[in-house]
Amino acid sequence: MATLDSKTPKGPIADKWTNHKNKINLVNPANKRLIDVIVVGTGLAGGSAAATLAELGYNVKAFCFQDSPRRAHSIAAQGGINAAKNYQGDGDSTYRLFYDTVKGGDYRSREANVYRLAEVSANIIDQCVAQGVPFARDYGGLLDNRSFGGVLVSRTFYAKGQTGQQLLLGAYSAMNRQIGRGKIKMYNRHEMLDVVIVDGKARGIIARNLITGEIERHSAHAVVLGTGGYGNVFFLSTNAMGSNVTAAWKAHKKGAYFANPCYTQIHPTCIPVSGDHQSKLTLMSESLRNDGRIWVPKKIEDTLAIREGKLKPTEIAEEDRDYYLERRYPAFGNLVPRDVASRAAKERCDAGFGVNSTGEAVYLDFASAIDRYGKEQATIKGLDTNDAALVKKLGQEVVKNKYGNLFQMYEKIVDENPYETPMMIYPAVHYTMGGIWVDYNLMTTVPGLYAIGEANFSDHGANRLGASALMQGLADGYFVLPYTIGDYLADDIRTGPISTETPEFDEAEKSVRTTIDKLVNNNGTKSVDYFHKRLGKIMWNKVGMSRNEQGLKEAIEEISALRAEFYNDVRVPGEANEFNEELAKAGRVADFLELGELFAKDALNRTESCGGHFREESVELDGPQKGEALRNDKEFAYVAAWEYKGEPKDAVLHKEDLEFNDIELKQRSYK
Amino acid sequence: MKLTLKIWRQKGANDKGKMVDYNISDVSPDMSFLEMLDVLNTQLIETGDEPVAFDHDCREGICGMCSLYINGEAHGPDRAVTTCQLHMRKFKDGDTIYIEPFRAKAFPVIKDLVVDRSAFDRVQHAGGFISINTSGNTQDANAIPINKENADKAFDAATCIGCGACVATCKNSSAMLYVSAKVSQFALLPQGQVEATDRVLNMVKQMDEEGFGNCTNTGACEVECPKGISLENIARMNTEFLKASLKG
Repeated sequence: MATLDSKTPKGPIADKWTNHKNKINLVNPANKRLIDVIVVGTGLAGGSAAATLAELGYNVKAFCFQDSPRRAHSIAAQGGINAAKNYQGDGDSTYRLFYDTVKGGDYRSREANVYRLAEVSANIIDQCVAQGVPFARDYGGLLDNRSFGGVLVSRTFYAKGQTGQQLLLGAYSAMNRQIGRGKIKMYNRHEMLDVVIVDGKARGIIARNLITGEIERHSAHAVVLGTGGYGNVFFLSTNAMGSNVTAAWKAHKKGAYFANPCYTQIHPTCIPVSGDHQSKLTLMSESLRNDGRIWVPKKIEDTLAIREGKLKPTEIAEEDRDYYLERRYPAFGNLVPRDVASRAAKERCDAGFGVNSTGEAVYLDFASAIDRYGKEQATIKGLDTNDAALVKKLGQEVVKNKYGNLFQMYEKIVDENPYETPMMIYPAVHYTMGGIWVDYNLMTTVPGLYAIGEANFSDHGANRLGASALMQGLADGYFVLPYTIGDYLADDIRTGPISTETPEFDEAEKSVRTTIDKLVNNNGTKSVDYFHKRLGKIMWNKVGMSRNEQGLKEAIEEISALRAEFYNDVRVPGEANEFNEELAKAGRVADFLELGELFAKDALNRTESCGGHFREESVELDGPQKGEALRNDKEFAYVAAWEYKGEPKDAVLHKEDLEFNDIELKQRSYK
Repeated sequence: MKLTLKIWRQKGANDKGKMVDYNISDVSPDMSFLEMLDVLNTQLIETGDEPVAFDHDCREGICGMCSLYINGEAHGPDRAVTTCQLHMRKFKDGDTIYIEPFRAKAFPVIKDLVVDRSAFDRVQHAGGFISINTSGNTQDANAIPINKENADKAFDAATCIGCGACVATCKNSSAMLYVSAKVSQFALLPQGQVEATDRVLNMVKQMDEEGFGNCTNTGACEVECPKGISLENIARMNTEFLKASLKG
């Protein structure tokens, strides 16, 4: 077992990034024109990186599997983006954002990376406003903020429930400027299927043109992966249908260590599963927890009556409701972090209090917010605050202004009016904190191969706070990678163009073709989705919200067996050299079937509970924290980075010890 | 529910293409329209047929990838939704449903129901941006207060998802709603003023070169737009265009 070097700069934490930037190598503008960089993925991280690298002068080739870079799944992020601007004057600061993020991540992130993230956060907002991103504003014309889970300040900037969309369109517009100038060559509907390593350095990729099926070679001096997370290993998640681990997994197989794969965020507020036909789950933004109160009935007979349709939630008296988050966590109430909220919902549903027919749903209720806002509006307008109908109408208008699109989305899916009856929600897989291991420069264990945004592991530890994913994606892409990559590329100014006619490219292309041919000619009997759904069930039941040794061992065996069955019996219709979505899907699911096993192996290795990773064997048995997750800092304050050795079961563990010099390791209490 | 589906099948861009009938049963009213197509595709795959190709990704109405002309309407009979948000409860047992691709000269068919909308991207390359460097060395975000009404209107215009329903539904295949949404967003913000003249001229020029038709103020685009982008944006773009032409 080797120890990994994060290359974190020395010195006080507040000066690390500035000092590092002052010392690293730069590439002069004329030389940048001689250097090519491939960016895979065009979400917030990939899109912003591609735009900035091109603007600096590098020749960028950007790839996305969607039909336009604007459709990357960052677009679906709803609630907001954090930044330590302290516009509200409520005591926020870089340190506080840093502290909240490290604590929220249950002390499993790299301190120096998180501090840097907090440090550049304010720049992101300046940058985006200058780009024309229409953030929400107050009547004085200044930017508005709201609050998210796990924090005690209002530092979240937002654009209604479409913050991700607006930020991504900002990055897309920055890309468009560079595409127009010819500095970015954009490859839409292309999927990366391998990284090409030449003399130990990442020098290109093999990609499949998803329209023609053609296999293409692309070379560059460095390769950047902004390819997102792997939540779709669960089949059902809030990820887009196409979100996949393939690029990251291929990089892993070529030598990039995969860090903390078991750290998955199960988001507490999603629309519950409605049936077996379900293809994806829809998130209801965490911002709703600013105003919504989460509850289930106190009495089991009320729960049963609700399920049978004999009782409506609005008919249950206030004293018969269990606002369990407010009860268990009085300090943070409904705004506890996501992992805590999800487990609490599961606890109530497992105890039999789930309010829908499957027993897997809790209420998110806006009645008291509507009443509160309604009375406030009535007072402002000088109207009668005792007129219940009027108060409700005014209150509903306020709620509509804040969350209108989310309420509409809910109503379309569930066919119920959330202004009149509480929403039903249940946790669902949302985000993966784990990912490719990177050092302080965001370089993986393969020289010249970088990973940014959700695709890497570094900033969120074992649990991500709300509104921090957008912050990290843009921080990495706009402000961190474009600096740090120069340090590496400074050695490449005399290299000249990288040829694609080399044995390394030949071999990579051949291996891609072999895999594709095998899938297309398999002639099995079952669709790709059949296997993907089965994998998802194993993951959800045994590697989901709570995990134990026995279940994890079973999962490892079951996934391995399912993988064998997949290669034996999957049916991929059509040809390799045409538009063939089933073929693309088959390749992605094949990789999920490997990743899933490593995921379970990592979860088995980590016998502590931390953040989104909850081991049933590791809970507090006594005291005020009884029943809460129990972390084990003595044995597990490390990043688990796995090296590929042929089969997931043979993966070798490398550790990066986590040091906390600027934050004291504490029991994470939200009580 | 049992349904008859009449679906456009076209092997490739140069194939002629035709409507093909499929029967499907066991459709639940809670399914989304695309989940219904998933069920059909699983059936087709397991019986040795080729599945129907259609674009989709986020399945929550925001990425703009899904399209489909359903019973003669872009994104189907429901209002203010994309196809992925359309649920089968909007249909009745025994219904016949016609499913076609978005049709326009500027959106050639790639396969079956999948079309090429890269013309939309090219219009953005021509001017859909503010030329600000992404260095972060800009002024403080609150340095310029923006009147809330304008900020809100800019946001409303910016919620366009670029799906192309406006083009598909327009009898002239005009992209005016799409292009005007971006022009409006920047025209309403102080940051967008510096390049306002060039932006509108360049984007309109590119729009014309891509083969989109002209606007005759029918308003169908606004009706079918899943995000409710307002016709007001077209009026604003026309004003901007006139101003720019007089200056130019």
